[in-house]
Amino acid sequence: MGKKILLEHIDVPGIETFDVYRKMGGYTAVEKAIKTMTPEAVVEEVKKSGVRGRGGAGFPMGMKWSFLAKPEGVPRYLVCNADESEPGTFKDHYLMKHIPHLLIEGMIVSSFALGANKSFIYVRGELMYVIRILEKAIEEAKAKGFLGKNILGSGYDLELVVQPGGGAYICGEETALLESLEGKRGNPRNKPPFPAVKGLYQSPTVVNNVESIATTAWIINNGGEAYAAIGVGRSTGTKLISASGHLNRPGVYEIELGVPVEDFIYADEWCRGIRPGHKLKAVVAGGSSVPILPADLILKLANGEKRLMSYESLSDGGFATGTMLGSGGFIAMDETSCIVRNTWNFARFYHHESCGQCSPCREGTGWMEKVLHRLEYGHGNMHDIDLLVDVAKKIEGNTICPLGDAAAWPVASAIRHFREEFEWHVTNPHEASQPGAVYRGEMALV
Amino acid sequence: MEDNKPQLFKVTVDGIEVEVEPGTTILQAARKIGGDVAPPAMCYYQPLKGSGGKCRACLVRVAAGSAKDPRPMPKLVASCITPVQDGMVVENTTNPQVLEMRKGIVEFLLLNHPLDCPVCDQAGECDLQNFAYNHGLATTRYEEDRREFEKRDIGPFIQLHMTRCILCYRCVYTADQITEKRVHGVLGRGDAAEIGTYIEKAIDNDFSGNVIDVCPVGALTDKTYRFKNRVWFTKPVDAHRDCPTCSGKVTLWYRGEEVIRVTARKNEWNEVTEFICNTCRFDKKKTSDWVIEGATKVARSSVISANKYRRDAVKTSQFALNLAAEEYTPVDDGRNKSQLGIQQLPPERFAPALPHANDPEP
Repeated sequence: MGKKILLEHIDVPGIETFDVYRKMGGYTAVEKAIKTMTPEAVVEEVKKSGVRGRGGAGFPMGMKWSFLAKPEGVPRYLVCNADESEPGTFKDHYLMKHIPHLLIEGMIVSSFALGANKSFIYVRGELMYVIRILEKAIEEAKAKGFLGKNILGSGYDLELVVQPGGGAYICGEETALLESLEGKRGNPRNKPPFPAVKGLYQSPTVVNNVESIATTAWIINNGGEAYAAIGVGRSTGTKLISASGHLNRPGVYEIELGVPVEDFIYADEWCRGIRPGHKLKAVVAGGSSVPILPADLILKLANGEKRLMSYESLSDGGFATGTMLGSGGFIAMDETSCIVRNTWNFARFYHHESCGQCSPCREGTGWMEKVLHRLEYGHGNMHDIDLLVDVAKKIEGNTICPLGDAAAWPVASAIRHFREEFEWHVTNPHEASQPGAVYRGEMALV
Repeated sequence: MEDNKPQLFKVTVDGIEVEVEPGTTILQAARKIGGDVAPPAMCYYQPLKGSGGKCRACLVRVAAGSAKDPRPMPKLVASCITPVQDGMVVENTTNPQVLEMRKGIVEFLLLNHPLDCPVCDQAGECDLQNFAYNHGLATTRYEEDRREFEKRDIGPFIQLHMTRCILCYRCVYTADQITEKRVHGVLGRGDAAEIGTYIEKAIDNDFSGNVIDVCPVGALTDKTYRFKNRVWFTKPVDAHRDCPTCSGKVTLWYRGEEVIRVTARKNEWNEVTEFICNTCRFDKKKTSDWVIEGATKVARSSVISANKYRRDAVKTSQFALNLAAEEYTPVDDGRNKSQLGIQQLPPERFAPALPHANDPEP
């Protein structure tokens, strides 16, 4: 069994309550941080841990914290990004639902480190029952003196607010989230200035993912170096993976970074392989926004070594032969999956969720979806395939926020690795347009 | 004695160096040089705070971030919102990647924008028309249905034709920043986003007419002028009046002896720096209401100058010529070109002799 940090006590009955969580060693990180450490020392421990943002971008969390501007007389804010809505990603939801106090504890420790006296948890509006769980947990923590005025007699005050979002995917982008939190339309802001300088209400703000913040409790209890010892290379610690698709045992798993992808798919500890009688065809390793990889490339690097579940190994070879760890939304597809239909489905999502502010994303996402729809339903031609590649190229990197990239990468990578399947849809329009039609030509199946 | 002069940053755009104050954006620095070196802007509007960054028309490549850190920026950046650094080197018309991207932006903007220039009131003074002419392709690859909207009257003077809107947000910023009662904004998201009013309300404040001037396309039009004339048949004249509400500085657009339209004055970047009130714009359409200052200066490359000069005196944009030369595919007819007196195109495609803002008009 691999090391568990976040899900160690997930199966303890009643762990969602304060008393059980406390009995299992909860809130000791708050006591340690507030009573024995300075905010700078907490930041230092997080830096030492090497933990990278678990929302998708993978930016070093300690470094992000150290960028926070500290002007006199201006409040600072910590905002927890719990607007998890990437197709294939459901780890934060799981964590908040089952062990809410882990997030609350992380929020207190992180807010103390950043000097924030008011922090927000921005939760996707559909998860109303999770919001109620969090609010209950906050009330419990407050009643026990871990939140509110003068926490544990230290003089440090912290108010924690749970804010439901309106249910737009774009509000998971940190600046759009801040706009939404301020009560405005959730459009991403132009950067610079970055939130660390001018964020919520034009004040210095750190926006972190649920999993990232929840990790801080363990880091403070055990030290940054202990955390850095787990994992592989610059991918330190553990990561929650939300595994879905044609797996024998989909679910949320905590893995030590560096586990071979093959083991993650086939080992009994995790997904237990592809459903009986079928073979792995493709994997989206980090949520729908990352490039899709065919079975042979997801299991092995270009040099023949095993590909690992880590930031570096998954991205090895760039987008030609690699992908990204992203948010850890691991979607496995067997040979019954139609890549064109899957790509169209992803494109449909990004078209629907584009905020419409900048022209490449507003117009390009819709264009890609329409062309893919045509291809899927047997009305496409060979030019459409190159057209999609070109449109994706024109969107990628040219938009205000990363939603443009998120829309472009799945399309470009699907064509890069499964071009013959797109061509089959053109050359066999009647067959391809039938429900459940799948190209079963030559491809590397594992 | 202490020198109180602010330290100036040296910035190079397309090989031309300019000194600007810290905090200046790349676009402003390029505009200081002038001419085709200045990137096009569809959403940026200098007098409107917060505008810019949306259309992506002004994307440029930063070949060197600064003298201290000369690394290039990994992606193209929106020049209208990116501040300059000392020693920054910017490539605009000299970078093929930028020009390729501009073609893409034109294509995106025209996906849902009808090519109804022959019947559009904005034709001849449309930023998108100019942008497409200078940077776009002659054809489109878009085969799908375009979005369409019914025309809507949003107040007594303004008609909204959402079909033409490119969601630049300029009118929203205008209403937000220069009027007291903003009742319109962007509804919906993605390519279903549209400019709309709150529950079909009218825009009826004193400065509402300015949303017409800031619209880069023909989405917001002046109901008192619609279909009255083509802009190139009119004669623009600068005039002013003593207005208690606004600056009173306007351009009168004459058809013969009749004033058929009044607009605020626009600078060389097609921006209004002094907004005008609705009284000046819609109610004062007699010459006797105004003190005439003289003919409005219009660039000879503008369509507004059409038919007013001999053809050989009209100055065509150097950039458009360069781009046309770049995309021109010579036909090899087997003849010896040197004997025919045909000059070969220079290998440096865009570098030579870009016009300067201070160049006199011919």
